Amino acid sequence: MGEKVLMKGNEAIGEAAIRSGCRHFFGYPITPQTELSAYMAKKMPKIGGTFLQAESEVAAINMVYGAAAAGMRAMTSSSSPGISLKSEGISYIAAGDLPAVIVNIMRGGPGLGGIQPAQSDYFQATKGGGHGDYHLIVLAPNGVQELANLTADAFNITDKYRIPVMLLGDGTIGQMMEPVDFDDIPKPVRYEKPWAVTGTNNERSANCVKTLYLTPSELEDKVVERYNRYEIVKEELQRYEAHDTEDADIIISAYGITSRVAETAVKKLRAEGIKAGIIRPITLWPFPEKIYKQVHPKAFLAVEMSMGQMVEDIRLACECRVPVYFTGRTGGIIPTPDEIIAKVKEIAGEVCPNE
Amino acid sequence: MNSCEMILAGFGGQGILFAGKMLAYAAMLRNRHLSWLPSYGPEMRGGTANCHVIISDDPVGSPIILKPDIMVAMNRPSLDKFEDEVVPGGMIFVDSSLIDRRVKRTDVEAVYINATETADKAGRKTLANMVMLGAVIEKTGLFSTDEMKETIIKSIPAKKAALAAPNIEAVEMGAEYIRKNK
Repeated sequence: MGEKVLMKGNEAIGEAAIRSGCRHFFGYPITPQTELSAYMAKKMPKIGGTFLQAESEVAAINMVYGAAAAGMRAMTSSSSPGISLKSEGISYIAAGDLPAVIVNIMRGGPGLGGIQPAQSDYFQATKGGGHGDYHLIVLAPNGVQELANLTADAFNITDKYRIPVMLLGDGTIGQMMEPVDFDDIPKPVRYEKPWAVTGTNNERSANCVKTLYLTPSELEDKVVERYNRYEIVKEELQRYEAHDTEDADIIISAYGITSRVAETAVKKLRAEGIKAGIIRPITLWPFPEKIYKQVHPKAFLAVEMSMGQMVEDIRLACECRVPVYFTGRTGGIIPTPDEIIAKVKEIAGEVCPNE
Repeated sequence: MNSCEMILAGFGGQGILFAGKMLAYAAMLRNRHLSWLPSYGPEMRGGTANCHVIISDDPVGSPIILKPDIMVAMNRPSLDKFEDEVVPGGMIFVDSSLIDRRVKRTDVEAVYINATETADKAGRKTLANMVMLGAVIEKTGLFSTDEMKETIIKSIPAKKAALAAPNIEAVEMGAEYIRKNK
């Protein structure tokens, strides 16, 4: 174990990315993720890396597209409205089967929305976001240490599968400080990139990264090959944290900062003798559906900072064997433990009427 | 479970976030669990600022504080905003140089410190936050002044090392104020 440092979530992403071999960062400022760009602006020139503040989000994501095509570990970050702007480029990166890390420190939406924390980009992150048949791998940390760990993981995972990874945080996770130990983060794994566009030196045939296929069967083959890879990812990568689920009548599911509010609620509910448990998805795509088939509560409760998005994946994962309820706040408001407790008690009244 | 939830609030520019960060840093050096969460918004110097600091023996759940054990108010709007949120039996620290009213609650302990005036008299007007911090740790026993001294030295980057001494001095002034007014 190394020495702990006190850092904002946004800064911890930057440090972890650099330690993971990321030398190309293309940003454009937006609250509440700007500290990440600022950290990269300060550090990258000192280590021979590239920090570039692009003229727009669209430019930044296309710079990532270029750097990734050249085989570099590249990253960009933004917050909700900025991610919408990047979505065209993200679709191209996915179509090019390129590794890249995209950070979304979410704020309230839609439109320009607000600047306070939210989780209302779940659909955008997990269902593709841009046009076409594709997925991103989506990681959802709930604290600063995990943010650093998952940043390091993100670079290894994206290189391994050649699928872009989105780190999905929210304003709270980005802004808060907690101790973080960078000796604890996963070490960079080196993957050969024989496909990279690095110049042939007249020694091999040229590589080509492209996303345009005018022959339908060729495009279909490409997409189907990618979906076969998605199946492997679904098998290998589902991550979650769960506890108090064995005897639970009601299992709460929440990710990111909301999971920490839910933790507080579960502790209080257990103290009152109410059998509540928690499943916290860490990978939002692939969604950790296996665990939802292994547990046997009387009901699930999704808690989100949105009008209810992940709740749909829980219904699919548990195959609607039991009711799946939702509670949450949106617009930049974080639900309180008391709101969650009240909802759990209301559900308990419906699903455990005799207790 | 031993845990302490604090909200520090005042004007932007008073060093509220920094004072909170020193509490968090001190907790980290003592291997305790902690979180530090700032308010953020479209605000500038002179606007309002606050931070939530949780120090605990157990891992911190939600970093958002709804019912603080301790509230530090360095301007009137902060006292008005947070006074009612403090848990019964909690403490409210008031910078009485800047706040022209008393704490209305009778079920909390109110501690009045002339933080800004004390700092000003010592020629350290910008260090009222650290005077307040000294008062908070002395009154609550969260950390000793020696522990805070070590924290300040360790947390200040090498090229700004000269700033440690005045900050430590201000913390000691705050602690001294509490000892004298027991």
